[in-house]
Amino acid sequence: MNARVAVLCAALASALPLCALAQGFAGMARDAEGYGLPQRGQRLAFPIDHGAHPDFRIEWWYLTANLEAPDGTPYGIQWTLFRNALAPGNPGTGWSSSQAWMGHAALTDETAHRGAMRIARGGIGQAGVTTAPFAAWIDEWRMQGIAPPGEDPLSALSLTAQGADFGYDLQLAAEGPLVLHGEEGFSVKAESGQASYYYSQPFYRVTGRLDLPDGAVAVTGQAWLDREWSSQPLAEDQNGWDWFSLHFEDGSKLMAFQLRGEGTAFRSGTWIAADGSATPLSDDALALRPLSETQVAGRRIPTRWRLALPAHGVDITITALRGDAWMDTMVPYWEGPVRVNGTHAGTGYLEMTGYE
Amino acid sequence: MRRVALSALLAHWRRHPLQLATLLLGLALATALWSGVQAINAEARASYARAAGVLGQDRLESLVPARGLPHLDQDIFVSLRRAGWQVSPLLEGQWSRAGISVQIVGLDPFTAPRSALPGMILDETRITDFLAPPGLAYGAPETVAALTGVVGLPPLAAAEGMAPGLLFTDIGIAQSLLRAEGRLSRLLILPDQPRSRPELAAIAPGLERRAPIEQADSAQLTGSFHLNLTAFGLLSFAVGLFIVHSAIGLAFEQRRPMFRTLRALGLPLRDLVVVLAGEVVLLALVAGLVGIALGYLIAAALLPDVAATLRGLYGATVSGSLSLRPEWWLGGLGMALAGAAIAAGQSLWRLWRLPLLAPAQPTAWARASTRALARQGIAAGGLALVAVLAAVHGQGIAGGFILLGALLISAALALPGILALMLAGGARLARGALAQWFWADTRQQLPGLSLALMALLLALSANIGVGTMVASFRLTFTDWLDQRLPSELYVTARDQEEARRLRDWLAPRIDALLPIWKVEGTILGGPVEIYGVADHRTYPDNWPLILGEADTWQVLARGQGMIVNEQLWRRADLALGDTVPLPGGAVRALVGVYADYGNPKGQVILGLDDLTALYPDVDRRRYAIRTDPAAVPELKTALTEEFGLPSDSMIDQGRVKEISLMVFERTFLVTGALNVLTMAVAGFAMFTSLLTLSTMRLPQLAPVWALGLTRRRLARLELIRAMLLAGLTLLVAVPVGLILAWVLLAVINVAAFGWKLPMHLFPADWLWLGLLALAAAGLAAAWPAWRLARLAPSDLLKVFADER
Repeated sequence: MNARVAVLCAALASALPLCALAQGFAGMARDAEGYGLPQRGQRLAFPIDHGAHPDFRIEWWYLTANLEAPDGTPYGIQWTLFRNALAPGNPGTGWSSSQAWMGHAALTDETAHRGAMRIARGGIGQAGVTTAPFAAWIDEWRMQGIAPPGEDPLSALSLTAQGADFGYDLQLAAEGPLVLHGEEGFSVKAESGQASYYYSQPFYRVTGRLDLPDGAVAVTGQAWLDREWSSQPLAEDQNGWDWFSLHFEDGSKLMAFQLRGEGTAFRSGTWIAADGSATPLSDDALALRPLSETQVAGRRIPTRWRLALPAHGVDITITALRGDAWMDTMVPYWEGPVRVNGTHAGTGYLEMTGYE
Repeated sequence: MRRVALSALLAHWRRHPLQLATLLLGLALATALWSGVQAINAEARASYARAAGVLGQDRLESLVPARGLPHLDQDIFVSLRRAGWQVSPLLEGQWSRAGISVQIVGLDPFTAPRSALPGMILDETRITDFLAPPGLAYGAPETVAALTGVVGLPPLAAAEGMAPGLLFTDIGIAQSLLRAEGRLSRLLILPDQPRSRPELAAIAPGLERRAPIEQADSAQLTGSFHLNLTAFGLLSFAVGLFIVHSAIGLAFEQRRPMFRTLRALGLPLRDLVVVLAGEVVLLALVAGLVGIALGYLIAAALLPDVAATLRGLYGATVSGSLSLRPEWWLGGLGMALAGAAIAAGQSLWRLWRLPLLAPAQPTAWARASTRALARQGIAAGGLALVAVLAAVHGQGIAGGFILLGALLISAALALPGILALMLAGGARLARGALAQWFWADTRQQLPGLSLALMALLLALSANIGVGTMVASFRLTFTDWLDQRLPSELYVTARDQEEARRLRDWLAPRIDALLPIWKVEGTILGGPVEIYGVADHRTYPDNWPLILGEADTWQVLARGQGMIVNEQLWRRADLALGDTVPLPGGAVRALVGVYADYGNPKGQVILGLDDLTALYPDVDRRRYAIRTDPAAVPELKTALTEEFGLPSDSMIDQGRVKEISLMVFERTFLVTGALNVLTMAVAGFAMFTSLLTLSTMRLPQLAPVWALGLTRRRLARLELIRAMLLAGLTLLVAVPVGLILAWVLLAVINVAAFGWKLPMHLFPADWLWLGLLALAAAGLAAAWPAWRLARLAPSDLLKVFADER
């Protein structure tokens, strides 16, 4: 999921040159001097860690949902808030805040992929994250905690975003625990030791409403929230990734990614049982192979994959709902809902970057 | 055959290099003045377009405070964004310190329309510098150069393509520069809005939508100024054409024998005309290119002053550096070609109709007949009628310029007739043979010189007219400044709270504290500033009212009326007693009109209590202080020590006047420069005409010489003749110039600026101008006269031997 760091930086880079565009996706490997670095063995503490960590360079609240209309029509939505510190040290207040925020939202169905982007700076209230009550927002896009007091603030959320041609308003209720990736949330991203803090809430039940040009659609489904923060999560030779979050029909879930570099890809992931117990996957546990590609925005992107995880008896085919789920943000990337067939059936989300 | 013909024709220029130089120089000068003026206009227009396009404001609607308040709260921006309105904040204001002033535009690069941001702001290596204090300010290279070393501004960086005279900074930096923490000027509404958002009134009831800033804003205001310049350019061009016309005409006349020979040798008439036309085109192209180069130099030299003028008069910022734009240099070349065509047209036409074996003798070059004079007189009368009609029925600036054009051309056409009458009168008074010969010979020369004299007349009357206008304006303006600025010191507090403390502190220490509180808004469709005036004798004592009753100031104090400046009064065509709706819905009757020179905006003054009742949020930070002038320095020091008020927050009367006059002086520098150039062109026209005549006049002078008049004496008479004609022309020019001045003051000024000025006469200036005209004529005649004095007697004798 560190993949998204690069998206953040790359997109901000072209939006505002906040990061060096020339560095592209490899920009994430930038020197993190002055910023906080993830420490192995550091325990995450909630609800504090649901909030922002301004001493780290990058962070996000990243939610994807696989939804269905009453007639079975599939939909996918994305809601993402990125935080990027422009300078280490005191974040400052007002307009001089060094915290930059970016939102991405998308709605995908079988006929179209629609996306939108927002950028704001911190310090004036236009975008930010609070923990009590929990809220993450940029402009009118909002992820709001609605859990009763005493429960984990992320266990119930309302979620809303809109663009010029779509909108959604959803309620989410978690039916399982938070899941910590890697070693208790310390997630390694490269052989050379780059890492991030990374946890998820993959057990949301969703109900709500989509706004489409043809009218409103009531939907239900499942959602997955990723929380991750770091300062230098990628190694210098890593330039793109393929990342999967899958809901299987038996209640189990899988997070898997590969970071493509100059040598062999670095693969990792987490097997999540239906009860929420998590098993980190070692680099050699996963087999990933593209099956077919789609021509999108002048590039060839693998939109059908074979994934095998023999240790858990998984051998599946992953197919994009739409091959053109292209986030046409300033540095574009592919992010869209997928269907899963094979030993395990289900739905999920796929994100791919670094395809030129 | 054509080749032979061409080389034969071109040989003429080899034998008469001076004539060639005259022709080229005349056309080049005419083109230079025209294209110079056009270059200035083009540069200014480009600057307006760039200024209007700052951050896409020429395309985007914006949200502004509804009640004409100068600022809106930054929280409103956040509320709107969080309600789904895609808006981007702007803070604009004038930053000034120690006499240096620059427009600051604070923007938020996160939300600003990307396409409208200068590329430099997105430079990734500097964006963090831009955002974080002390920030970074981008400006046009010339703006940055002018501000280098100024204390108090953020570090500066040059960015190409920016409008001059302004700096872009981050909005946070701008807030601290302009002392406007937490405040914004307005919000740009971005083109892409999300699917649904609440009504504006539900989120920010205090805001209203405003249409994109029209480029016309500056363009309209300054249109008259540019028309003025264009008129000047056209005038110079016309004067230049006189030169070209005489040079081409002379060349045609002198080559008549050659034409006859070429025709006799078998050159078809068509070929001859084609070759001659080709020659004219070639000359026009060469002269046109030289003229454009000269025009560039003139424009580059004048542009900084023009820029200063436009800034001073209209608040429009124009780049002080010139770029080579095709619209003016192509236009200049076109004018050169067109001018040469006009100048050569008559000669070519005559050639076309020339009988094959017509006498080859020059026709004493455009010999005039009484009939021609009468025809000119009728044309002059017709144009004079047009001028009168334009004066009576004409409207606006176009009417004014029709009046001006008709007046000047009419006067020019009438000039030869008037001069002929004067010379006839002189001849009647003449005693003695020599004197009679002198008058008669002067009359004989009149047709040959009439074009040059017309040029001189135009230049002289333009000089008198413009000079009178500027001097009248100056006199009125300085008087008015003295009246309008009675207060000894003007202070501006940094915020309302400081203003309150300032007021309490000052009250016991000074004679009177007069608030200068204002709001901005729209009245009768135009932007205005609305001020409040305290009930204090300063105003009735000092403020000159153009219209108003004795009790005007009491009516204001009772909150029962309003007064407006002359500009608004004329623009809205108001009369005393008219009721005028104010922003917010209140209505007040007009009880007076005051002069307000140099202000492009409409202005309204209410009673102070009335103002604060109607607009409780009025900006209350500015005050005028009445006190003993001697106490001012002490007071300034005390204010600095007591309140930490920076020196640029206080300005004394003397300094205000100084700045105002400086703006005024610069305003008319350009006019003065163009005036001098026009005079120079006219002088040159006279010189070429005299030179032309001098070579043809030998047959008329030789008999006089033979009768015993020395060459030296003859030369002296030539000089006197030129000066006499110049002097007589000046006599005609004075009334024409005064009418011109009246048109400028009472018609053009009102249409262009919105104010009318009383006309004052400055006879001393005319005397000076007369001397200048005589000197020009004397100079122009000097060389031909000197040549005559040195002429070999054999040349004069030859006249009798020649067959002619």
